[in-house]
Amino acid sequence: MLNIQSVDKVYPNGTRALDRVGLNVEQGEIVAVVGGSGCGKSTLLRLAAGLDQATRGCIELDGEVISAPHECVGMIFQEPRLLPWLTVADNVGFGISHLPRAKREAIVGEVLLRVGLSDYAERWPRELSGGQAQRVAIARALAPRPKVLLLDEPFSALDAFTRASLHEHVLDLWRAFKPMLVLVTHDVEEAAYLADRVVVMRPRPGRISSVFDLDLKRPRDRYSPELEATKRRILNALDQSLRERTAGDELVPAAAI
Amino acid sequence: MDAIQQRDAADEAASPVTAAPAAKPRFGVRFALGLLLPIALGIAWEIGVAKGYLQARLMPPPSRIFKTLYDLAITGELWVHIGATLARVFAGFALGTIFGTLIGAIAGASRISKDIIDPTLQGFRSVPSIAWVPLFILWLGIFEQSKVALIAVGCFFPVYLGVLGAISSVDRKTVEVGRMFRLSQFSLVRRILLPAILPAYVLSLRQGLGLGWMFVVAAEFMGASEGLGYLLTDGQQLGKADQIIAAILTFAVLGKITDGLLAAASKPFLTWQDAFAPKN
Repeated sequence: MLNIQSVDKVYPNGTRALDRVGLNVEQGEIVAVVGGSGCGKSTLLRLAAGLDQATRGCIELDGEVISAPHECVGMIFQEPRLLPWLTVADNVGFGISHLPRAKREAIVGEVLLRVGLSDYAERWPRELSGGQAQRVAIARALAPRPKVLLLDEPFSALDAFTRASLHEHVLDLWRAFKPMLVLVTHDVEEAAYLADRVVVMRPRPGRISSVFDLDLKRPRDRYSPELEATKRRILNALDQSLRERTAGDELVPAAAI
Repeated sequence: MDAIQQRDAADEAASPVTAAPAAKPRFGVRFALGLLLPIALGIAWEIGVAKGYLQARLMPPPSRIFKTLYDLAITGELWVHIGATLARVFAGFALGTIFGTLIGAIAGASRISKDIIDPTLQGFRSVPSIAWVPLFILWLGIFEQSKVALIAVGCFFPVYLGVLGAISSVDRKTVEVGRMFRLSQFSLVRRILLPAILPAYVLSLRQGLGLGWMFVVAAEFMGASEGLGYLLTDGQQLGKADQIIAAILTFAVLGKITDGLLAAASKPFLTWQDAFAPKN
């Protein structure tokens, strides 16, 4: 279980990005974090990844404090961030280079098969389309079999069609390996389609404003009335969270939003 | 799963690889195209001299120049000069590259080391390198050492700047990938920093080598009894324009060959680069 225990993050310039944010993610659960820009959702993910340090509070994985990147935590960024000088197969095997060659190749072969890119093993990253590159990035993050996979708006740069295809890939991989998934997104439909739980955050300072447990069975239908209704509820909450703060200190909200 | 495969198929169709590569003219054709202009100029020149429009004494025609080159080659004189010049360029280039790489790497290692090293070197860089000549002659004498030192100074700066610039422009995002996989400091350098700076490094080496060829002429003007620069000054003093042009041509050929060798040697390491093969 991943416990985020009331963390604060204050940047050196005084910006309070996170204010007493607490969240527990159960084994095998998919949690989506949504919120407007500047609500600290990416900051939260970077803390969980161990890339940044919390100012106060701590994050634990199965009782172990995360203060630096952990072998059981994988991260997928907004951009694929493939290493252009390595082939697709070498990129996927990048994080498991300590394993013996035969084992490594077996794992690389398996995850590449799962993301449907077995024929691309010897290609260079520059030869891939955006969606393919992001699939390689997903395969790379999954190769070390992390318990937690953090996704920082990984589909936001893709067209709707490719995005939908990647949703299926992620669900497929999740069914196979059952990691905890924490997905940061600004796409409410994506959150409603993928997640077991949706956390809505509000900005300045970044706080959790509401949490939705989604009781929708998988596989889900993107266009079912239940999903539509869920989407609307989340959107309302998101709207509400933005209005809360504009009622407080902001006088010209229209320009700001 | 069917839906996934369908979508993947569409994704693959969008892949840049599947687009048919544009036809590229063969190397031989391109080489011939490149020769067109110099050959045409040479012929015009030859005719100009034959018709008396140009003075053969100051503007020796290509046939005379090649005759001179040929004579220098069969007496063995040309190879002695080429050997002397090549040895100087390589010694200076090697020294400049070693120090440029080392100091560039040290300066790039941290913000503090850069703040300590870089301002001083930038100061030195604004000194025209030829200005060092009198000092080098005083310190190292008029023979090989001072010449090699001058060439090394010329090669040093592009390499130093290339390494430093390449290190500071390595993408933080790429480094983060390494951090996510918990690479040690050493692995981070070996598996991420080195490959990331390699293209810029090769480019700076080629620039350094180009400057090395420039400075070897200056160095040989300082007084040398052999070398292509000596052929130049000798040609000037004896009024042998054909010898000067022969030496210039030799410089052009040697510069192009050494640069080509350097580029070819680095090519296997850079096949991954997006921009490596220019289109047509």
